Amino acid sequence: MKYEVVIGLETHVELSTKSKIFCACGGHSEANEPNDCVCPACCGMPGMLPVTNRHAVELAVQAGIMLNCKINQYATFDKKSYYYPDLPCAYQITQWFHPICTEGYVDVPTKSGTSRIGIKQIHMEEDAGKLVHDDWADVTYVDFNRTSVPLIEIVSKPDFRSAEEVLNYLDKLKSMLRFGGISECEEGAMRCDVNISIRPEGTEELGVRSEIKNMSSLASIERAIKYEVARHTDALERHTETLVQETRRWDDMKNRTFAMRNKETAADYRYFPDPNLMPVVVDDAWLAEIKNSMHATIEEKTAEFTGMGLSAQDIASLVSERKLCDIFDAVVASGRKPTDTAAWILTDCAGILRRGGKVIGELDIAPEALSYIIGMVDEGKINRGVGKKVLSAVIEKGVSPEQYIKEQALDAKVDESLILETVRNVLTENTKAVADYLGGKEKALQSLFGGCMKVLRGKGDPAVIRELLVKEIEKLR
Amino acid sequence: MDYFVTEIDRAGTVAVDDTILVKGYETKAGSHILDGFVPLFSSDAVERLLKAGCTLRGKTHTGEFGLDLVGETSYHGVCKKADGTLSSAAAEAVAAGEVKQALCVDVNGAPRRGAALSGVDFLKPTYGTVSRYGIIPTACSGEQVGVCASDAEGVKEILSVIAGHDGKDGTSLPAEKYEYSADKDIAGMKIALVKELYDASEDAVKAAMDAYSAKLRKAGAAVEEISLPDVKAYATAWQIMLSAETCNNISRYDGVKFGYRTPTYKDIDELYVNSRTEGMGFTAKMNVLYGSDVLSKNRYMSCYDKSLRIRRLASEKMKEVFAGFDAVLCPAMSGASVAEYDLAETFEKTAKELLFTTVPNLTGIPAMVTCGVQLWAAAFGESTLLSIAGAMERSAN
Repeated sequence: MKYEVVIGLETHVELSTKSKIFCACGGHSEANEPNDCVCPACCGMPGMLPVTNRHAVELAVQAGIMLNCKINQYATFDKKSYYYPDLPCAYQITQWFHPICTEGYVDVPTKSGTSRIGIKQIHMEEDAGKLVHDDWADVTYVDFNRTSVPLIEIVSKPDFRSAEEVLNYLDKLKSMLRFGGISECEEGAMRCDVNISIRPEGTEELGVRSEIKNMSSLASIERAIKYEVARHTDALERHTETLVQETRRWDDMKNRTFAMRNKETAADYRYFPDPNLMPVVVDDAWLAEIKNSMHATIEEKTAEFTGMGLSAQDIASLVSERKLCDIFDAVVASGRKPTDTAAWILTDCAGILRRGGKVIGELDIAPEALSYIIGMVDEGKINRGVGKKVLSAVIEKGVSPEQYIKEQALDAKVDESLILETVRNVLTENTKAVADYLGGKEKALQSLFGGCMKVLRGKGDPAVIRELLVKEIEKLR
Repeated sequence: MDYFVTEIDRAGTVAVDDTILVKGYETKAGSHILDGFVPLFSSDAVERLLKAGCTLRGKTHTGEFGLDLVGETSYHGVCKKADGTLSSAAAEAVAAGEVKQALCVDVNGAPRRGAALSGVDFLKPTYGTVSRYGIIPTACSGEQVGVCASDAEGVKEILSVIAGHDGKDGTSLPAEKYEYSADKDIAGMKIALVKELYDASEDAVKAAMDAYSAKLRKAGAAVEEISLPDVKAYATAWQIMLSAETCNNISRYDGVKFGYRTPTYKDIDELYVNSRTEGMGFTAKMNVLYGSDVLSKNRYMSCYDKSLRIRRLASEKMKEVFAGFDAVLCPAMSGASVAEYDLAETFEKTAKELLFTTVPNLTGIPAMVTCGVQLWAAAFGESTLLSIAGAMERSAN
């Protein structure tokens, strides 16, 4: 019999807020030492009270808008009780009764077109801390740096029919959320619970479901899905085991899933509304404000760039990172030509970064600096080669382009007579190349041109140099 | 009688109970499980007192997490009156003139009962007017810091200091300051006497109620009987929410981070179980059991959710009452005294007394105990309560 796989995902994403969701602690991702980024509130000291971070709500709403969700203008925070040493209050604040967003969808590209994946809900919650086991000393330490960091959990409907759809969905979520400034989606900041079952093709009834907890690598998710499909198929076809609804853990080393102890999973979380947090009421005015402050989506940016005449390849590169779009937009807004600007960013900047072992996504340049360099080249004050040299200095050493050009006297006007003199000298000194050229080897001109550039140390308008070079060499014919 | 579990300044004039945090002083909320817990910050109410130039005398005994009648379950021992009956340490300290005022957290009416038993005043203000930041939480949706003093003027003096918006408490109301008065004219006021609560009280209490009603009438106020037919359901609803929220709030005392930790454990589960078993008293455990039960999957809708609905009904009912009346008059508790009893009965005994004290905790309205009786007013009606109490106190002198 042929089986169809049915998968639903619960995806946890860390929101890019300055501070935690219910207290003012910030910068946990930069914290070097355990418990550097904590306060009485996120440590669960009695007497502290949570206060909702408005920006976290705004980012959750923006995520909802991106995923075509209904934004619930009345949402609540609820307490979920369980004991674990990394949970200082022995309860987690989440949204159980009235989540902030419900009923959305996202279109996911697949080999055969697109698949529409339904979103059941998006709710906000606080993250837990981290346990650090010291096996040598047989001690476990608790680190609360991550406690109360704002998360959204995006709960999909059971609409995935293949691992491919799952991976493409996660890829799309990641790029959307990153581009929208909702989440950095850094390594480990996006975690998934995968709910998976199989059923005979053509049937409607859902099979027995396994939930694989806490997956963060796409490669592992793919392997875990393959493993579970095989295990379920074996159970149904060859009766290797009786499937039960359970929570399982993926073991990357052993390349298989394991059922988690019943004790870890059979919990009654005793949810109830948190009386310390007023319901979140997103009124029309606030909702409009949130919508207005949203960044353009990848699709919108793509359309905008296409209208500017950029190539599909350049557009794809620019929209891979919102930072690049921001730099590009600012440079173009300062009056530079879009296609030129794209070339400067994607060819020149990228090349310089590559030389330093970096990728274009790591570009960190003030748009004013880039615009200044392009302007100097456009106005003929420096030639493109010098422009590139300045750009390197700006990117690698962080210098100001204006100062650098002045210090190195790169914009010194090169007199036409000096160019002429240089050309003549080069021609006299390179008799072989001259003979080659006159003998029909046009390529020889390039080496003579290079020779001139070298003597002039890159200064001077290359067009003028070339023109004089040709004029002078033709005289020798 | 030693009223204080912690002395702060012998010359101080204000006491706070042991559920209110004072930076640097051990705070246990009457429980062994918080042994050695020294807070890193003071409650907002204490900060305001100190800023206003008040001096703290010390921290008074409180029952474990404030869940009993008047403080008898304190890990530090019971507070007895001269005649051997029970009362609250804060009320007794005020009655004895040890302090001018005392701040107490009112979550189940214990400070109101203490005031009634010791013959002093206690006012629980409108929910959201005094910050709850820095009080050991039990039932957050109904607990408020209130003021105990020997008369209405004394209550007013400190209430004006501690009330006002606090950004550290998400349920704090926006008003920066509240102006209270204790000398509004009470002639012409309409006061409702709750039949069900009057009927449920003992004769000695009925007599005190009758005397107070007669005095009110003499002062020109009208006293009319009303009925709160669902008042028993209100009390049950609050018992459910009180236990549920308490169970949840005190689950953080697990022996891992602070407070008492058992010396004997093999693994994390034993650490939890032994620390809590050894560290918590009987009444706290009863609330944990009851609270876990009403929040469990099978019971949530029939218990907790229903209680939330009853809370709304109670609020609507009280709005209706206050549309026709300035204040409500009722007993503070069933009897006029509490004899020592077997502490295994605390949970049931306290649940019974909730009948008299629940409505203000459940609906957030202000309540005041004065001359052994209890008054309620509409939200922000503190001045009405203070004025009635003040007028009656002045007429007694």
